[in-house]
Amino acid sequence: MITVQADDLVRILPQAILAGFAILVMVFEPFLPAARKTLLGWFSLFGVVAAGAATIRTSFSPGLAFGNSISADRFSLFFICLFLLVAALTLLGSFHSLERENINHGEFYALLLMATVGMCFMAASTELIMIFLGLEISSLATYVLAGFKRQDALSNEASLKYFLLGSFATAFFLYGIAVVYGLTGTTNLLVLSAQLGRSGEFRPGAVFAWVALLLMFVGLAFKVSTVPFHVWTPDVYQGAPAPVTAFLSVGPKAAAFAVLLRIFLGAFASAGSGVFWVFWASAILTMCLGNLAALLQSNVKRLLAYSAIAHAGYVLVGIAAGRGEGTAPVLFYLTVYALMNVGAFLLVAHLAGTGERWTRIEDFTGLGYQRPAVAACLAAFMLSLAGFPTTAGFFAKFYIFRAAVHSGLIGLTIVAVLTSVVSVYYYFRLIVVMYMREGKAEAASASLPWALRVALAISVVGIFYLGLYPTDFLLLTNLAAVPLP
Amino acid sequence: MIPTHYYLFLGAALFTIGVVGVLTRRNIIVILMSIELILNAVNINLVAFSRYFQAVDGQVFAIFVITDAAAEAAVGLGLIIALFRNKETVNADEIDLLKW
Repeated sequence: MITVQADDLVRILPQAILAGFAILVMVFEPFLPAARKTLLGWFSLFGVVAAGAATIRTSFSPGLAFGNSISADRFSLFFICLFLLVAALTLLGSFHSLERENINHGEFYALLLMATVGMCFMAASTELIMIFLGLEISSLATYVLAGFKRQDALSNEASLKYFLLGSFATAFFLYGIAVVYGLTGTTNLLVLSAQLGRSGEFRPGAVFAWVALLLMFVGLAFKVSTVPFHVWTPDVYQGAPAPVTAFLSVGPKAAAFAVLLRIFLGAFASAGSGVFWVFWASAILTMCLGNLAALLQSNVKRLLAYSAIAHAGYVLVGIAAGRGEGTAPVLFYLTVYALMNVGAFLLVAHLAGTGERWTRIEDFTGLGYQRPAVAACLAAFMLSLAGFPTTAGFFAKFYIFRAAVHSGLIGLTIVAVLTSVVSVYYYFRLIVVMYMREGKAEAASASLPWALRVALAISVVGIFYLGLYPTDFLLLTNLAAVPLP
Repeated sequence: MIPTHYYLFLGAALFTIGVVGVLTRRNIIVILMSIELILNAVNINLVAFSRYFQAVDGQVFAIFVITDAAAEAAVGLGLIIALFRNKETVNADEIDLLKW
């Protein structure tokens, strides 16, 4: 019998506040005239800030809630803060592009908040049922967000592809959970890790244990878009409205990584080295294919999509090294990745102009002369994505590679370093086009709205701050990297 | 009483039919139905295990899955209608604007 106590509610306070604001947005939406919908965006932003304040309250009473199915530990609070940051940046960056595309409906903000709620639950759950529910709350909201430009066939197509492949992958994840339940009689990660820890290894009927782990891995690998489960990524990132892509490329990915860490480094840590080799192989495949395919792209959104795939590969290196080295480098990497990727996509969303016409690389020709500040921002994001020193991208990669070397994964580290050298080429193509070619940039349209300026300023300052003074934040990630689950 | 593994075979068969359906069928609505088949395979497994363990949590899980399947069908059909308005097709082969 589960009784709800006050502490239980405090431990899901951030999620509850976000969900409450999402519902309020939907209630207010019909009463606002079409021109004033941005008010709902500011209201949602207020909700995100309120949820951020609530995480501080939650951090004072950590512990388990709702019959051990939610854990408000430092790990989950770290991820909740990350998701709130991503949601806030996306909101700030989306007002103007939504208005420009004539899709500034209140539902956008409600769906964005609900997606964030789902992601927060994914990171905070210690129960496979709750993880599944969080996954579905965030997925269903993001499917709709990807197709938010309803009149646009590209957007329709992107959302439908995302939906079909996404629910297919979720079904695999679910089947995996059902097999785990059949093998162990529980779906609670804490109980699982206690049981498995006693029995040494997870091999009650070894074949089925493998089936369960692989099915769950496939379901999550789809969400983080690792090769070979990445086919949807470029299409969806290209077809979805760019502010949505900014959110998609970071939020659900980080949430799925949080779940991967909890399941594979937490509950099933004793499952033997086989799991490690799965991560090893998919890291190599993802880094190679992501970086090589990005070389061939001519569309900036697609290029960033393949770069997002490649970055998932580096995070997988961190997870493969995580059994010995802990999860701190992964947390650091995901935060840095969030800052630079959201920034880059929001900027591309703005530069692409009405109907997102100018997304080819040539459309940015000469941008450095016409819009020096804008081009400098984009260049900073590219440098950070490429992993240049003084930017946060460098330290993020450095910590991952160092952890990998410390755990003896020399081969994996060599592949990672070589592929990041390759990646410099395609990131620099954009910089070269902006600064070293004469031309009139098609993409240099209207001036930056100030909300977007705030979002970009946060990302750029964050990138350079973490690039120059990474120690404080590294301490924070070390604090958040508690033993899982 | 029917032994538990009969249900598991049924679940596995449904799962396989669903996967094959998703991979081979061209009509988006049929693909959606195949995904629902996989979810129902999961439900059969969960309820069978639940009875095997004499514990109720598997059945609770199955109810969550059914609810989720309903939500997913609603969203999916909505997206299909949005696509149909623009392209007048529900054929997966004709959804080919995005390619590399």
